[in-house]
Amino acid sequence: MISEPFAIGSSIVHQLDPRIRVGFTILYAFVIALAYQFSVLIAALMLSTILVVISQVNIKEVFKRIGMVNALIFLLWLVLPFTFPGEVLTRIGPFAIYRPGVMFAAQITLKSNAILLAFIALIATMPFATLGHALHRLRVPQKIVHLLLMTYRYIFVIEQEYKRLLRAAKIRGFQPGTNINTYRTFAYVIGMLFVRSAARAERVHQAMLCRGFKGKFYNLQEFKTGMGSWLFSIIMTVLIIGLIVMEVSKGKAF
Amino acid sequence: MNKNELLINFEGISFNYPGGIQVLSNLDFHFHRGDRIGLIAPNGSGKTTLLHLIMGLLKPCTGRIEIFGKPAKDEKDFADVRRRIGLLFQDADDQLFSPTVLEDVAFGPLNLGKPKNEAIQIAQQTLAFLGLDGFENRITFKLSGGEKRLVSLATVLAMQPEILLLDEPINGLDMKTKARLKEILSSINLSYLLISHDFDFLAEIVDATYTMQDGKILLDKELHLHEHVHAHELGTYPHQHDMSEERKNIPVGNRQKTDDRRQETNNSNQKSETS
Repeated sequence: MISEPFAIGSSIVHQLDPRIRVGFTILYAFVIALAYQFSVLIAALMLSTILVVISQVNIKEVFKRIGMVNALIFLLWLVLPFTFPGEVLTRIGPFAIYRPGVMFAAQITLKSNAILLAFIALIATMPFATLGHALHRLRVPQKIVHLLLMTYRYIFVIEQEYKRLLRAAKIRGFQPGTNINTYRTFAYVIGMLFVRSAARAERVHQAMLCRGFKGKFYNLQEFKTGMGSWLFSIIMTVLIIGLIVMEVSKGKAF
Repeated sequence: MNKNELLINFEGISFNYPGGIQVLSNLDFHFHRGDRIGLIAPNGSGKTTLLHLIMGLLKPCTGRIEIFGKPAKDEKDFADVRRRIGLLFQDADDQLFSPTVLEDVAFGPLNLGKPKNEAIQIAQQTLAFLGLDGFENRITFKLSGGEKRLVSLATVLAMQPEILLLDEPINGLDMKTKARLKEILSSINLSYLLISHDFDFLAEIVDATYTMQDGKILLDKELHLHEHVHAHELGTYPHQHDMSEERKNIPVGNRQKTDDRRQETNNSNQKSETS
């Protein structure tokens, strides 16, 4: 089951207007993604960490997620320093470690972690449905928003159906291995999932038609922007401008 | 409103799925205001197809459909039909697609053009009526099976339909939720058509039971299905009896009683037939 471990809470962050959180997170992520200065990236990583602390989320869960992303980044560290040509930093046996490669890998590491932490602190701290509505209020097209919400709604149903199919295979003695029978069984399961999902989509659409669906969705959630949210907006604006100024004022990164 | 007004009129309806065998053949079906009809028939006999034809989700191959006194042919006709007839789907997961319960229940009223406040109010009233107060912000996919079924019913009732079509509403429900549903159905003043495989459930909440055979609808007495009350172990669970065998086993005194009950049922059937 896909869970939302951070969604429910009572921290200051949880009480901020979701629209403002979504808006600033996106802006902030863009600034980090486009920055190259190490000073900017390190500052951003610290800022994101502070946000996570303020949001009082379960630190264990945070580490679990960071761990997952950094496992991927570790692969970059295995490849980039050896393959990105430029100034040679040092040599290990027949392999050269290039300076730009190391810099690049370090930048990616800092950027990803800073962005991920910001998303955990600001976005993952709202239920998915709220995120959808916030996006809608931020003028993201309705169809995209509902694609997102419907995907989220039915991913659980599809997951259940997948488990049901797999169970059906298992109780008849199916044991996954590296053989053609296993591949065929999984292919059947996946094929069946597609068929069932298509049939399900058809029925959902019918159910919607029965309730007078005319292609328009409605959002019931009302958002309130309190003092805290305005204060947060001001602080975030100042910080983001600060990061941009830092990035632009110094010279090239390498 | 005329109590016996003809609401749904199917004349000579035939239907087959593309490339499939004929499901309905030359079927006639009449549904009047105030009717509370149960439909009990084997799997694959076309019960769900019938409901989907009423809602215009499927179109008949031949025949004439008249609903609320008007011919129903194209999408435009059925848009009006769907406004006034509510269909409860077999699988609640098909019906509940919104993230939260309140949004799902308010979806219908909003589609009917109700302003937001009013839609929310209707949704809350409907939930309260079904004893689902406090469910407003629950996430639909995290509800239990029974809760899902009741919330689906709320989404249909929130549209304030004149007729309710229920497709196997008690499938997979526990005794408690089943009893709750029975209570709700007997307390709402609505005409309904209910598909079920559960004799005992049907017997308590419908006035007449129909069955389907060879793509046609038959009144139950033609098939000698009848309501009867008896006691045995596990009797509260849905079950079927071999009727001829059973008759032999009933003590003579009780047999009389059973016959009386059957007489009653037939009488009530005749009433609805002539109405």
